[in-house]
Amino acid sequence: MTRMDNNMNNDVSTPEVIVPSMPADQSQMEDRTQRSAENLEVSRRGGLEAVGVHAWFNKHHALADVSLHFPENTVTGLIGPSGCGKSTFLRLLNRMHEFIPKAAMAGEVLFEGNDIYAPGVNPIEIRRRIGMVFQKANPFPAMNIGENVVAGLKLARVKTDDKDSLIEECLTRAGLWNEVKDRLKAPGGSLSGGQQQRLCIARALALKPEVLLLDEPCSALDPGSTLRVEETIVQLSQTMTIVMVTHNMQQAARVSDYCAFFLSEGGPGHLVEADLTTNIFSNPADQRTADYVQGRFG
Amino acid sequence: MTTYETSTVVPAPRRPWDHTRSTAIRVAVLVFLSGIFGLVINAITGLSGFLGWYLGLAFAMPVIAFVGSVRHGWNLASDRIATALITVAFAAVTIPWVSIFVTVYQKGSKAFHAKYLTDDMRITPSSDLIQYGGVAHAIIGTLIMVLIASLIAVPLGILAAVYIVEIKGRFAKLVRFLTQAMSGVPSIVAGLFIYATVVVFFGGFSAWAGALSLVILMLPTVARTSEEILKIVPDDLRTASYALGATQARTTFRVVLPTVASGLVTAAVLGIARVVGETAPLILTASYFVAKSTSLTEPIASLPIYIFSSLGLGDDNATTRAWGGSLVLLGVVFILFAIARTISTRLSRK
Amino acid sequence: MQTTDSPVAPREVHTYYTKVDRVFRGFVAAAALFSLVVLLLIAAFLLYRGFEIFADFGFGFITSSKWDIGNPEDTSTAVLGIGAMLVGSVITAFIAIIVSVPFAMASALFIEFYAPRFLRTILTAVLDLVAAIPSVIYGIWGYVVLLPLVEDWSGTLYKYLSWIPIFDVQTPIFGRSPLLAGLLLAIMILPIVTSVAREVYGQAPRDLIDASYALGGTKWAGIRTVVLPFGKSGLVGGAMLGLGRAMGETVAVYLTLNLVFKTNFQILASAGGNVASLIANKFGEATAYELKALMAAGLVLFLVTLLVNFLATVIVNRSRKIV
Repeated sequence: MTRMDNNMNNDVSTPEVIVPSMPADQSQMEDRTQRSAENLEVSRRGGLEAVGVHAWFNKHHALADVSLHFPENTVTGLIGPSGCGKSTFLRLLNRMHEFIPKAAMAGEVLFEGNDIYAPGVNPIEIRRRIGMVFQKANPFPAMNIGENVVAGLKLARVKTDDKDSLIEECLTRAGLWNEVKDRLKAPGGSLSGGQQQRLCIARALALKPEVLLLDEPCSALDPGSTLRVEETIVQLSQTMTIVMVTHNMQQAARVSDYCAFFLSEGGPGHLVEADLTTNIFSNPADQRTADYVQGRFG
Repeated sequence: MTTYETSTVVPAPRRPWDHTRSTAIRVAVLVFLSGIFGLVINAITGLSGFLGWYLGLAFAMPVIAFVGSVRHGWNLASDRIATALITVAFAAVTIPWVSIFVTVYQKGSKAFHAKYLTDDMRITPSSDLIQYGGVAHAIIGTLIMVLIASLIAVPLGILAAVYIVEIKGRFAKLVRFLTQAMSGVPSIVAGLFIYATVVVFFGGFSAWAGALSLVILMLPTVARTSEEILKIVPDDLRTASYALGATQARTTFRVVLPTVASGLVTAAVLGIARVVGETAPLILTASYFVAKSTSLTEPIASLPIYIFSSLGLGDDNATTRAWGGSLVLLGVVFILFAIARTISTRLSRK
Repeated sequence: MQTTDSPVAPREVHTYYTKVDRVFRGFVAAAALFSLVVLLLIAAFLLYRGFEIFADFGFGFITSSKWDIGNPEDTSTAVLGIGAMLVGSVITAFIAIIVSVPFAMASALFIEFYAPRFLRTILTAVLDLVAAIPSVIYGIWGYVVLLPLVEDWSGTLYKYLSWIPIFDVQTPIFGRSPLLAGLLLAIMILPIVTSVAREVYGQAPRDLIDASYALGGTKWAGIRTVVLPFGKSGLVGGAMLGLGRAMGETVAVYLTLNLVFKTNFQILASAGGNVASLIANKFGEATAYELKALMAAGLVLFLVTLLVNFLATVIVNRSRKIV
């Protein structure tokens, strides 16, 4: 049963008009309300939301004016050709963008209604609650499998009463428990590529994040591992919000509830269209979206 | 191409994660409080002076950092403590360096008078007043020995590198390993070896025995640096030359080496900088002489021995002369260093 | 019609070098092997000259601590041993390592991860410059500037810590001591250890550090989880390179340590020496027999430093290959 079947039974909250916190002037406010009808905007009650987000690398404007809301317990796929800023946008959501020297941003990212870039916000706390899994699986080679799972606890200095049951729980949710339950002491690097990636997912889960960001998690994996990771993602979305960058449109169609299509037309990457996955693939609003999902470019 | 309707106003790029003014104030307060604690330490314990103060500061900074951030949790607190400790440790490391440069300059300049760089100590005992005598003999001696050593060590070093990188002969790995082993030979052992062979055989300390002992110390440095430089040359250059029918000899001398000529000069300069301050081998080979000399078969002065022997006398004037020699020697090292860096930055900019 | 009964064997291709090239290659090979020749000659000559000593004293040369020429006319009355000096070499080098390694780690971490970018290039240049300062300048600075300070500190250390054997002394007069020599050596080898450590730390895998940040780790958490374990073997290699330098250091030790032929573990006492400074010290007025002993001592020093540097290079190269 794919994610799209699930969607048919879900209630989708009615789009409301976004009210920006501090409109600079009347025309700007009208601009935003105009565009918000095109994008998928919901109330600012919960979940994760980007508002007018820009990104720069040194002086290079890489991402322009992205406003996107990620409803709770859904999977949103970020699709689009390479180089249009999807990964950059992802990194802005958990404050990883700032590790790049001479990086800059503008706009807001609201997590539970509060801007994560506000002064006084502890980015470490943000990264604990908004987890990330990278394109290339990166388990810590110096630790064994069990230690890798709880590595986040050690790094973020989070206490836990029962380490073993946490390890089992996370590995089960990542769909890896049955394969490694007998060799928790084996080194982290001894697993196959797909298993390593699921280990990284388990590692991210140990901190019990509310949002999980995945940056092309299956691009380096074989089809069998890819399928298993996708199953895991679908399962996880029942309890957390998931945002996934993917190059694979079929994967986006299989796994995501909503899709956001990014494009760069010579300038900074920007958001063209965001909608339910079914709409994006069957009757997109923008011609460029239609061209992309039908494979006419990309 | 359809244009996307972006907002016409592009906001200014921000870096909200950068250190704000409040962070700067926080750090300033931390350093200030630690400084106060240092003064307290100065007052109540036996540890006096700058170092006593610094010790107090070094102790206080992590502690105050801890106290200030423990309310945010141990994760953040440990990060702040680590930052404080690492910064304080690094600053401590720079203290001796600053001290060395400042002391050499301050005490060394006292020995300088109008003819310091042109006179020798032929008629001046080392304990004589400092406006007599000079360091010229030492400069000349060092110059001569380093020059001879370079004439031998630089070609040999470059050839060793050529063997490893260009010819890739059967013994390439062995040569590489041996050059590295040779760089670990203690300088006194190099001197001892030349003493056991050259000095004993030819019956006396001499300038060229000194030069030979410097060759042993200079060769590995030149070889290693040259090897790294030759490795940077892209293979296409050599392939192109061979394709044009050139011999390996021609390729090496007409194509590869000229390409990295400035890099090889850097290697030579670094080798010179390495040996210009060597004392121990010269004790056993060139010994010392108080007058300017250009004879290769006689003992000869050198800057390091000048410093070393002046110091051994324990007299105030002699010690000042030793500092003067140190200033000259440090100046020479500095200049060589600057030359090497200018050449290598120009090389990398090409 | 194709015949496929026998597979085609590869032809042997011989590289034929012209006469010019054969001469060239031979010449270069000879020049390159020069270093091999020199190393072998060093070992051979020292052995040759010092052989008599090993024959007379055997292993006792290395273990005994007495250095008594006895009657210069009659070499059988001499009792010569570098035991005390070997112990002194080890002690001073040991102090140097213990003091410099933590500071080298901190400095490497500071330059690589904490310093602002523009400062990094400046600091690396300064590090190289300081590594090039001649030992005689370190020596004179150590003798004139560091000595009074260490005298002071030795007094304080003795006052509070004399119950620990190494801090105890027979006579509480403090001057040149193994502690002073060790500290000076620490300052001298620090740039080398820091350079190697910095290079290794800089190669720590970026993606693992990113992963640690993404899991809510601080900069220090990332360093202790990823960088330090990764750089462990490189640090050890760097420390051993520093150790090799410290053991062979002559002038700095000569100026900061009183040569006394007694195995001395009391680092605050004014006695000690290392093999290199022994050679420099005794050289001036050595008798013929004593000279042979100095050669033997040089051979021992040569072999020890060769071994240490060999191990260091192996470890450093291995840590580079892991990347």
